[in-house]
Amino acid sequence: MTNHWIDIKNSDVILVMGSNAASNHPISMKWVQKAKDHGAKLISVDPRFTQTSAKADIYAPLRSGTDIAFLGGMIKYILDNNKYFADYVVNYTNAAFIVGDKFDFSDGLFAGYNAEKRAYDKALWAYKKDDKGIVAKDPSLKDPKSVFQLLKKHYDRYTPEKVSEITGTPVPDLMKVYEAYATTGVKDKAGTILYAMGWTQHTIGVQNIRAMSIIQLLCGNMGIAGGGVNALRGESNVQGSTDQALLFHILPGYLKAPVATQQTLEEYIAQSTPKSADPRSVNWWSNYPKYTVSLLKSFWGDKATKENGFGYAWLPKLDPGQNCSWLNLFDAMYDGKVKGFFSWGQNPACSGANANKTRKAMAKLDWLVNVNIFDNETGSFWKGPGMDPKKIKTEVFMLPAAASIEKEGSISNSGRWAQWRYKAVDAPGKAEPDGDIMYELMVKIKGLYKAGGKFPDPIMNLKWDYADEKGHFDAHRVAKAINGSFTQDVKIGDKQYKKGDQVPAFPLLQADGSTSCGNWIYCQSYNADGNNMARRKKDDPTGLGLFPGWSWAWPVNRRILYNRASVDLTGQPWNPARPVVKWADGKWVGDIPDGPAPPMADEKAGKYPFIMTAEGFGRLFGPGLNDGPFPEHYEPLECPVPKNLLSGQFVNPTIKIFKGEMDKHFTCDPRFPFVGTTYRVTEHWQTGIMTRWQSWLIEAQPQMFVEISHELAKLRGIKDGDKVKVSSARGELDCVAMVTTRFRPFQLGKLTVHEVGMPWCFGWITPKDGGESSNLLTPNVGDPNTMIPESKAFMVNVTKA
Amino acid sequence: MTMTRRDFLKISGAVGAGLAVSSLGIDMGPVKAYADELKKIDKMKTAKQSTTICPYCAVGCGLICSTDTKAKRIINIEGDPDHPINEGALCAKGAALFQTTADNTNRSTKVLYRAPNSDKWQEKSWDWALTEIAKRVKATRDANFIEKNAKGQVVNRLEAIAHVGSAALDNEECWPLVAMMRALGLVYIEHQARI
Repeated sequence: MTNHWIDIKNSDVILVMGSNAASNHPISMKWVQKAKDHGAKLISVDPRFTQTSAKADIYAPLRSGTDIAFLGGMIKYILDNNKYFADYVVNYTNAAFIVGDKFDFSDGLFAGYNAEKRAYDKALWAYKKDDKGIVAKDPSLKDPKSVFQLLKKHYDRYTPEKVSEITGTPVPDLMKVYEAYATTGVKDKAGTILYAMGWTQHTIGVQNIRAMSIIQLLCGNMGIAGGGVNALRGESNVQGSTDQALLFHILPGYLKAPVATQQTLEEYIAQSTPKSADPRSVNWWSNYPKYTVSLLKSFWGDKATKENGFGYAWLPKLDPGQNCSWLNLFDAMYDGKVKGFFSWGQNPACSGANANKTRKAMAKLDWLVNVNIFDNETGSFWKGPGMDPKKIKTEVFMLPAAASIEKEGSISNSGRWAQWRYKAVDAPGKAEPDGDIMYELMVKIKGLYKAGGKFPDPIMNLKWDYADEKGHFDAHRVAKAINGSFTQDVKIGDKQYKKGDQVPAFPLLQADGSTSCGNWIYCQSYNADGNNMARRKKDDPTGLGLFPGWSWAWPVNRRILYNRASVDLTGQPWNPARPVVKWADGKWVGDIPDGPAPPMADEKAGKYPFIMTAEGFGRLFGPGLNDGPFPEHYEPLECPVPKNLLSGQFVNPTIKIFKGEMDKHFTCDPRFPFVGTTYRVTEHWQTGIMTRWQSWLIEAQPQMFVEISHELAKLRGIKDGDKVKVSSARGELDCVAMVTTRFRPFQLGKLTVHEVGMPWCFGWITPKDGGESSNLLTPNVGDPNTMIPESKAFMVNVTKA
Repeated sequence: MTMTRRDFLKISGAVGAGLAVSSLGIDMGPVKAYADELKKIDKMKTAKQSTTICPYCAVGCGLICSTDTKAKRIINIEGDPDHPINEGALCAKGAALFQTTADNTNRSTKVLYRAPNSDKWQEKSWDWALTEIAKRVKATRDANFIEKNAKGQVVNRLEAIAHVGSAALDNEECWPLVAMMRALGLVYIEHQARI
């Protein structure tokens, strides 16, 4: 989230789209209700009338996978009716930027498309720059090549009638939503978006979020209280685990995973560090070298020296374009290329799309290590349905882990608050905290490599002093290493730091090896002041619910990101009633300012507010993504319509399509005539691997079901409570039919399209006859930027079992 | 003692109706024993409280654990009224957090191993399991390590071992996992954030 949970109370219009917050983030509704108490409006846009919809002032249905059509229509409405916040747009976004002459868009394709590679040459989307390297601008926003005019031109096709025919949303409902949300395009109104997997699990997932980012920038909702782009993340520490980079393409703190063409540290740094010719742009990522070197020091300690590139050679390098994300990982495993597998606190047998492929893939492993607190479909895959243990050679190690209350450490919520939690008791039986398990395992691996082996250096040199005097894993030691410390005596300005001192905050990190820091964005979390993540102060000086003394938020305890966009050029809040920051007596008061630079009216020292982009401006035009600088509607890979009504491009032209025997997909196929989607329920969590073992929760939500409309039930002769079979190109499952008015058929012009929905919290291991995972049905096709699978829109059949 | 929630509701419903419970034929023995236990806990000087954050969604609600330090058991978990986000409220999952403790006999408490082609688990020791896993990590890594790619560039990576997980681990566990897996040369490193 750019903002945080309590901040929702500061909104005037709350759009919940791609999320059912009431069910899946129930306590968030406390803050939604507080906003409603002062007159805020809640809008719910969802294929199904959900528990959130039941609390909404406005509900609009839309067919799964058509959010860009819906939002594109909203962008058109805002521009056509001049509902945008002009001062904000001109001064803080790239609306005035001139795009180079090579840029074009025609019939669903941007300039630079290579059909064979299924990829764009993004160089054709570059801005026009002067000979000093500064982007050309037209502050009047009239130049036809200005981002503003290109934006207007792009969404001109997204008329309410066209949008309605694609989304199935009646035109009056579209207009209700557009009108309500556009009221936030003024300086004293705040609009927020709460979204989740309903937006990200699509082949156009990233562009869904981009579309809303454009709306938020047009309305001046970025950086203000009650505004922002707010992802409701799904796991207690998925924010933290992402920050720490348990992903193939990044290193801790969102540094890039190095590539084979970057053979030296210098090459890696040069290619990763963005440059800006504009002195008014902070371009915060220009500090990249400091974070890289500090990270390497945290991995390899004293063994990382200037002479050996701080151990850069010890990091694995990807080949250019090599993508090791989830869908590719299990594809490689299915092809027998992966021999050993750690499934550590995760249940891929039920959680990943096309779960049959995942389960079969695991049967090809030599060995699997499953660390978890309960038995699950992954660790026990070899005795699952359709598996013959006698034919499966995979060795499986099931390691029992401690539950959350049986260990100490921090987790980061969706609002970037890193909160420390404490151990109440030891884990039962032989169960151990994950920290102890990984610590011991690496000690043993290091022990084996002492005698030699392939390329032992990175293993032997890995700094691994995370145990206390008794040999137990110590979370405090790790937390301090993540914050970082000085590796030698250093003088910065007039302050003298000693070797071993914790680094106070990341502006003090160095590129010369004198600082070690496991994750620059967590620098300040545990410093000389102590464990800031454990703080419990209830002060709220601004009254906006920032609670600056409760836990610690990254970066540098800033609670609302881009908050220097919440003020005018002189540093006065757009909305004095909700001042996030304010320039007074030569300094900022309120939240930690997003960059300490003075307001932009200061010609010499003022800086643009969007400090994490190289240019310093919010991006209406986003030239860095794989599928285009403007979101464009494409149909899901499996969809119910014969063509895309907005262009000749049926599906996203840059997605990877797997072609193996397990990778079947069918579109507009009479065997699978209904749109299928997946979602969650309050009583279960993710695959249910924890909650299905709990009698209290299973009693409330006992078995797999599919929600279908009355119209579809009639069509198929299904009654509420009947046992039905739901099938897709990839698998099938039996479950109970829930006939409901929450789904209604979509009218897409002359075409009637039915949609059904299922939770994905069930699995064969428990309860008996409780049902299987809906991920047996979902397609393994992903967004071209993130490779998040399209679990929210695919085609199924529903028949009486 | 074991008292199901259903039993408790049945009994409290009867009491609420003002009926003499024993006249309904309900055996008050277990209830009395349970109430006596609760009284003992109240007076226990060995009880301690600690705060925690919910392990489920990413709202980050606060909870308070009450622990009988003598019996080394958590005896209650409820919402933390001081927490600014949830102010003591919890959803069904957080409210049931007690069922993630040792009280739930479904908890995995043994180190288990499944041999090739076997249809059952064998119980093992930690030392055995971690030693055997370490041996396999080394064997697989040594046999499949890629020093140079097809272009002759130094890549020092390992594609034959993959890792997924976890968004359920603490920051102080996620980070060492990353350090460890990168030091081993893994590139297939993924978790819940990707799906």
